[in-house]
Amino acid sequence: MSNAGDLLHVVTADDISDRRRFFGRALIWGSFAALVLVALLQAGDKLGWAEVGFSTWRPTLYAYIVWAVCLCWAQVIIRGEQGKRVLFVLPAALFVISLVVIPLVFGLGIAFSDWNLSSPDGRKFNGLNNVRQMWADPFYWNALGNMVWYTAAILVEYTIAFGLALLLNAEIKARKFFRVAFLLPLMLSPVAVSWMIGKSMLEVRFGPLARLARWLGWDNPSFFGSPEMAKFMIMVMDAWTFIPFMMIMILAGLQAIPKELHEASRVDGASGWRSFWEVTFPLMLPASITAILIRIIFKLKLADIIINVTSGGPGGATDSVTSFIFREYRDRSNVGYGTLLAMVYLVLIVIAITIFMKLADRWMNPRY
Amino acid sequence: MPETQIFHDAEADRGHRAKWFASRVAIYGFLLLWTVICLFPIYWTITTSFKMAPDVMQGNMIPWVDYTPKWLGWRSLGLSPETIGNESTVRAEFLKRFTNSAVVSLSASALAVVLGSLAAYGLSRFSYKFGFMRNPDISFFFLSQLILPPVVLALPFLVLYKELSLLDTRIGLIALYALTVLPIVIWIMRDQFASIPTELEEAALVDGLSIWGAFLTIILPIALPGMVASFILSLVLTWNEYFFAALLTGSNAVTLPVMVASQTGSQGISWWSMAALSFAAIVPLIVIGVALERFIIKGMAAGAVK
Repeated sequence: MSNAGDLLHVVTADDISDRRRFFGRALIWGSFAALVLVALLQAGDKLGWAEVGFSTWRPTLYAYIVWAVCLCWAQVIIRGEQGKRVLFVLPAALFVISLVVIPLVFGLGIAFSDWNLSSPDGRKFNGLNNVRQMWADPFYWNALGNMVWYTAAILVEYTIAFGLALLLNAEIKARKFFRVAFLLPLMLSPVAVSWMIGKSMLEVRFGPLARLARWLGWDNPSFFGSPEMAKFMIMVMDAWTFIPFMMIMILAGLQAIPKELHEASRVDGASGWRSFWEVTFPLMLPASITAILIRIIFKLKLADIIINVTSGGPGGATDSVTSFIFREYRDRSNVGYGTLLAMVYLVLIVIAITIFMKLADRWMNPRY
Repeated sequence: MPETQIFHDAEADRGHRAKWFASRVAIYGFLLLWTVICLFPIYWTITTSFKMAPDVMQGNMIPWVDYTPKWLGWRSLGLSPETIGNESTVRAEFLKRFTNSAVVSLSASALAVVLGSLAAYGLSRFSYKFGFMRNPDISFFFLSQLILPPVVLALPFLVLYKELSLLDTRIGLIALYALTVLPIVIWIMRDQFASIPTELEEAALVDGLSIWGAFLTIILPIALPGMVASFILSLVLTWNEYFFAALLTGSNAVTLPVMVASQTGSQGISWWSMAALSFAAIVPLIVIGVALERFIIKGMAAGAVK
């Protein structure tokens, strides 16, 4: 897919008068001035300079929306046909910028302040104190370490998903039934899963899995007693919901491989095993990398199951970063510190994903 | 060894038969095993919602054989046959949460599909320049939002929404959910639009349609399968979302997952009602999964094959 140059060219001639252009500019700057005015009034109200009577920041929000609409409209007024094209991307861009970039910048401010929502003092800038606190917080480092383990579990998930995709790609009857059945876990909400499996099926006394474990000879099954076991159970539950996701992506890749290649390898005398390792698997590398990358991204958000099944226990052994920050806020309302932890996590993720993508790129397109 | 070839063939043929049979058994064995793994928790939840306390403790599994199904769990939700006509506060609460979930996930998905399709179409057809950003940069900007973990946005949003009095409102959740699924929609739709030849629009433009007219009347109908796929995928993700909902809602806008999660602690071991509630929460998605499986698979496969 080439992104250079328009695929569709402008066919209508635009002649935009100076007055129209002026009107467009006036629209943008006028609404922007209104936004600034409202924001200033609100800030004044907040700081006690003037009584305007705004109780919340809503008016500023409305002024912002009006400005955004005017900005989009003015594109068409000023630039005619070109402006209509900008209109395709501009709404989404404005939406993302206002909902991501503004909170992120705002969040950076919070991250370096001492702000507890339950205390009446409000927000105080405290420099690098939060960083120092983070450095000495064993639970945060523990949670980061756990994330490495949880991410490593993706390799096992990938193997299982690949196996299942191969099975579904084989010559089988009732393929649609199996596909639907395999897909279902993905549709279930993690919260429901954490009750269905974590709380009831793994219940030590009556849960069917505990019964199964006893029948298999494990006398006192305890699934969340020891740290390793609890971590493993969390991995299993998360894998259960997300294996279908990788499976579908790999299956799509498998179905895109031309049948002739397998026939050719069979004619050349390759056994099933060799033809898998030397034909199927190398051809599947790009699809596999994509599937694993997306799975990593989803895994890094892992929290729902942990919050609902173990709430981090025993002793923080199952905490993911997200669930740890969630509890930091829930139990202590510590917004400032929590935000700093989240920001550090974001930086680590961006670095890790960049390295992963570079490595994958190097691996798939080797430069000799 | 040409002289032994004939015997070899016969032997190999028979061996092949046995091997073929063994591989069939293995394949179906694994398929069935995984089907059980996938479906058993769902089966367990359905059956448990019809159990009474002794049935749970004895570990009865099969209704009508091991135990007689009772409406106990559903009665506590106010959804059993004898309570369905009566007033029930639990049912009212449940229905309120259910509507919240439905409204929030449907509108967030719709918003994301509209914004995302427009952006994906623009990016697949025209070249843009916003400051230093060109098309690949803009695409990357949108897709990179996928990496952003929810925690990073959660606390700033909490504070911002508090100032804007959007906390515990559906609008607030809708905007946030639309944001989280937008990259996925753009990803799917970019593939979809790239597979539509530009000659179609060229013909439409020559015939005098504007660019938006061509998009709305010619391209959208062709791209509909992709839009449905991304809509359903968004629906699944937003319906199940728990983290933001737990942080940003208190009483009015509480969604179904938050309700399920809050009941887990308070109800102790009344398994039947928890099972009924859990099942009621997952049933819409099971229906969607079975009925629209084609679209979900199409949506997820879009990114895998380039």
